[in-house]
Amino acid sequence: MAITLSTSDHAIPSPPLSERLTMPQVWGIVLLAPYLLVFLAFVVYPVCYGLWLARHPSSYVALYHDPIFARAAVNTLIFLVIGINFKMVVALFLSGFFVQSRSWIKWLSVLFILPWAVPSIPTILSVRFMFNPEWGMINQLIFKFTGEDGPNWLNDPTVALTMAIMVHIWKSLPFWTLILMTGRLAISADLFEAADVDGATWWQKFRFITWPSMRTLYLTCTLLSMIWTLGDFNSVYLLTGGGPADLTHVLSTLGIRYLRLDQLDLSMAAIVCALPLVLPLVYFMMKRLSR
Amino acid sequence: MKLPSLPSLRDVGTEARLLLIGIPVFIWTMLPIYHMFLFAISPKEDAFAGNLWPAHPTLHNFHIVFYQQHYFLRDFWIQLWNSTVIAVAVGALTLFIATAAAFSISRLRVPGGRWVMNLALFTYFIPAAFLAVPMYRTMGTYGLLNNHWSLILAMVTIASPYAIWVLKQASDKLPVELDEAAIMDGATTLQLFRLVYVPLMMPSLVAIGTYALLLAWNEYLYAFLLLSKDTDITLPVALGNFLAADDSPWELLMTTGFIYALPPAAIYYAFKRYMVGGLTAGAVKS
Repeated sequence: MAITLSTSDHAIPSPPLSERLTMPQVWGIVLLAPYLLVFLAFVVYPVCYGLWLARHPSSYVALYHDPIFARAAVNTLIFLVIGINFKMVVALFLSGFFVQSRSWIKWLSVLFILPWAVPSIPTILSVRFMFNPEWGMINQLIFKFTGEDGPNWLNDPTVALTMAIMVHIWKSLPFWTLILMTGRLAISADLFEAADVDGATWWQKFRFITWPSMRTLYLTCTLLSMIWTLGDFNSVYLLTGGGPADLTHVLSTLGIRYLRLDQLDLSMAAIVCALPLVLPLVYFMMKRLSR
Repeated sequence: MKLPSLPSLRDVGTEARLLLIGIPVFIWTMLPIYHMFLFAISPKEDAFAGNLWPAHPTLHNFHIVFYQQHYFLRDFWIQLWNSTVIAVAVGALTLFIATAAAFSISRLRVPGGRWVMNLALFTYFIPAAFLAVPMYRTMGTYGLLNNHWSLILAMVTIASPYAIWVLKQASDKLPVELDEAAIMDGATTLQLFRLVYVPLMMPSLVAIGTYALLLAWNEYLYAFLLLSKDTDITLPVALGNFLAADDSPWELLMTTGFIYALPPAAIYYAFKRYMVGGLTAGAVKS
């Protein structure tokens, strides 16, 4: 999708503006300067400072011996590998649902985008109260229908982490569904008509038409979503606060926990530990997008 | 030739299957938002009763919020103002920095422009939460902590890379001949920027301005790290602070959250045309 025309400029042998005049070049540097300043002051300096904080080998030994760090690393992996793949499969499925031409599906798609359009803080807090063991709507309904007390949802680390993943999915599913929809709409309708004539089943159409044309887009989206989810602080912090007993932390909330405990070097070391995983993904995505 | 026909059994089956997907999707999407709305119109007793509709719906909660009649809400208006000022400032500054940079890289072909673009793209992919702790310390070094500028500059830093990238993609599509014609007519670089480039880029600029504005309005992590005084913080931080107490007034928290969620939703739907075209097309290029 989105085949850009940028290649057409590269085909022109000599850049017409910058060679004839030097004035535009001067302006070019002047206009680029504000971003460069922001970049130096608020990206280069903090990154160097962070790496400098993480220089002690003892920090890594301390991390290695901190069970909360190991738990957070495992949680992050579960979040990424299970959570994101599940989300993307659902998004792929729903993108097929939303491209159906029905007026009620059009209306539903307008509402469906709401989780992405509204800020996450109030909605996450809303979910948090919904699962409150005593006063929350869910347990009250369970009590009404079964006469039994519902579980203490957020007090069980596995359930709490699952719910943090669900909150993340609730928030970002609309965005990825929308992206995959544009991918589906770019497939020529002729292909499906031809397949219908040949009597292809639903699965065959997906397997031999939809999937081959969307595979690249799907994989790009999955990788992008994984990188961004590494920085998803709100879903965990606002729902569970890392609890119970610091068992539901992920890497992005762990940094703040160490900051609170005044262990800045540990906070940075934890992030440095994630870099071998992040940097190859980032490099790969950059290669794809800067073509 | 096609004959007009009554809905066949097969069509009814398809419709039923679509509904079987549609109804759960509807409930899943709306439940947390409805729950928030329900609390906003419920008196405290009703809110905690777990009903699907309050016995006595009321707008009293909004009254309490607007008149700041609760300990947690005593700075509501100033926090709303802080959120607004910061979001607008981030939108305007990002727009200025990113448009200038994209014009410089894409139209003026400044030497090293491609290199800057790649650096920007690199920062775009580093999760913002990873930079939060060093950014917090850096702002301390610059003496900007507890100053709105710290949050504004941090959000501009986070919003700019994507803004520059989208604007560069869009401006690469404008024909070079336009610039050449304007220069033939004696336009200076600044006139080219102001009179040719900016008007042509308007749809992308609207999308990017909105993107940066909403990003800043919705930000929680940086806001709660960089600002701490009750009269300095933004609304989301104030919402988070409700959790500090054991007996939080959840109906007021949800009312405030509902008010806080309205502007971005309204802006999103108002600019949907630009947002969906400008942002999703740029978000993933394959």
